[in-house]
Amino acid sequence: MSIQSNVEVHTEWGIVSARQAGRNLAKDAGFGNVDQARIATAISELARNIYLYAEKGEIVIQYVEDTESPVSKRGIKIIAKDKGPGISNIRDVMEDGFTTSGGLGAGLPGVKRLMDEFDIHSTAGEGTEITAIKWLR
Amino acid sequence: MTDSFSCIQNQYKEILKQYLEDKNEIGLYQAQQFSKKVLEHQISPEETLSFHLDAIEEFFPDIPHSLRDSFDFLLEVMMGYGMAYRAHQSLRDKQKELEAEINVAASMQQTFLPEEIPQVDSLDIGVISVPASKMSGDYYHFIRDENDCIGVAIADIIGKGIPAALCMSMIKYAMDSLPEQRLQPGALLENLNRVVEQNVASNMFITMMYGSYDPHVHHFYYSGAGHEPGFYYSQKEDTFEELYAKGLVLGIKRHTKFREYHKQVEPGDFVVLLSDGVTECRTEEGFIEREELIELIRKYKELPAQEIVEKVFYELERLQDFQLRDDFSLIILRRKV
Ligand SMILES: Nc1ncnc2c1ncn2[C@@H]1O[C@H](COP(=O)(O)OP(=O)(O)OP(=O)(O)O)[C@@H](O)[C@H]1O
Ligand SMILES: [Mg+2]
Repeated sequence: MSIQSNVEVHTEWGIVSARQAGRNLAKDAGFGNVDQARIATAISELARNIYLYAEKGEIVIQYVEDTESPVSKRGIKIIAKDKGPGISNIRDVMEDGFTTSGGLGAGLPGVKRLMDEFDIHSTAGEGTEITAIKWLR
Repeated sequence: MTDSFSCIQNQYKEILKQYLEDKNEIGLYQAQQFSKKVLEHQISPEETLSFHLDAIEEFFPDIPHSLRDSFDFLLEVMMGYGMAYRAHQSLRDKQKELEAEINVAASMQQTFLPEEIPQVDSLDIGVISVPASKMSGDYYHFIRDENDCIGVAIADIIGKGIPAALCMSMIKYAMDSLPEQRLQPGALLENLNRVVEQNVASNMFITMMYGSYDPHVHHFYYSGAGHEPGFYYSQKEDTFEELYAKGLVLGIKRHTKFREYHKQVEPGDFVVLLSDGVTECRTEEGFIEREELIELIRKYKELPAQEIVEKVFYELERLQDFQLRDDFSLIILRRKV
């Protein structure tokens, strides 16, 4: 079982490859079909943001294990990083209803809710790095 | 939670199986009840879909591959609904929080209004003030000075809801910061106008009517700042006339003069002060006419002042299907003897 996939995102094909890689890894890790779809959707949204707003970047998908917590956990970690324009108003974009698509629950807050852990780091003019983890139950 | 996730999943399997055997309305009724249950347990649409797929695979082990795969496709399409569902939950929590905050603010605001109406032998006073939503942009105030004169203020912040309520609290402090000694209505409005002009955002407008009743001589002095005119009822003539006071809305111009008017109040006469929520009570046929309002007050004029204002409010509220469109305040001061 491969424990990490790195996918370049520069075109819509890249988005599809990233989804595929994430789904495969999620399946191997033992996620059911609903969680596989959730992970694929989260990757999709992050990759699409890279494609739309940063032009290019990378999605890294890893198999992770947390041995430090009392009950050891396993899961999938998604890292989406780019050297695009960055997000200056992170507080705003993490509010529901900020997305340009206007869809209820879409965009970054939606990704956060699909996953168990979510962390965003972005500096205007330098780029964005978003990390999200889904744990196996 | 006694119903664990897998318990609910099993239940789905059972009722689906039952339905496929009997194919009757009872089964569908159970499905509808189940649908409430999934919402209660916050199970998202894509999850419910997977219950279905799991059950079908168990019931029909050799279902065509492509039919099975079509569920993956449907699952992907349902993801958006799943995300919307979760957003809805978090928005609902947020709304509850906001509501709790507003409730606290609303009860704080209540403390800005007088706790009790002054009791004077010669006057019968009735007051009602009801916000359209939780917080009010109407304000009223009573002062009784050392000469037993009764000051009454009614103010209406243009706009409603929270911004109006914030502005209303500033009016309260502006009133409290006025000089201690008794002010004549005109002078009082001039003072207040200065405070408002300096302290309140320029896009907020406040109208006010201020009156002072001298129970020794039964004179009512009043001035207005662009406020909705009230009424004066004369018992001897049995007529209502408009209680109008010309004056600029507060906060527009720094040095504004307010003309003072005066009435000689006879026994049984009364003064009606109101906010525009009373006259802008909108019914299906449009705003109620001031004439209609007069008729309404006339109908109850023999009752104690507090009962009149309550009855008038009830009738107007009913006319609007119990949904106020604007904050509603009505004050009646009647000379008893
Ligand atoms: N990688 C990124 N680089 C720069 N800006 C970004 C990036 N990701 C998101 N943004 C900014 O954050 C905003 C919100 O993103 P989000 O994905 O939540 O919604 P959206 O992309 O506008 O709409 P939706 O995803 O619903 O189609 C975007 O409009 C964009 O301005
Ligand atoms: Mg997006």
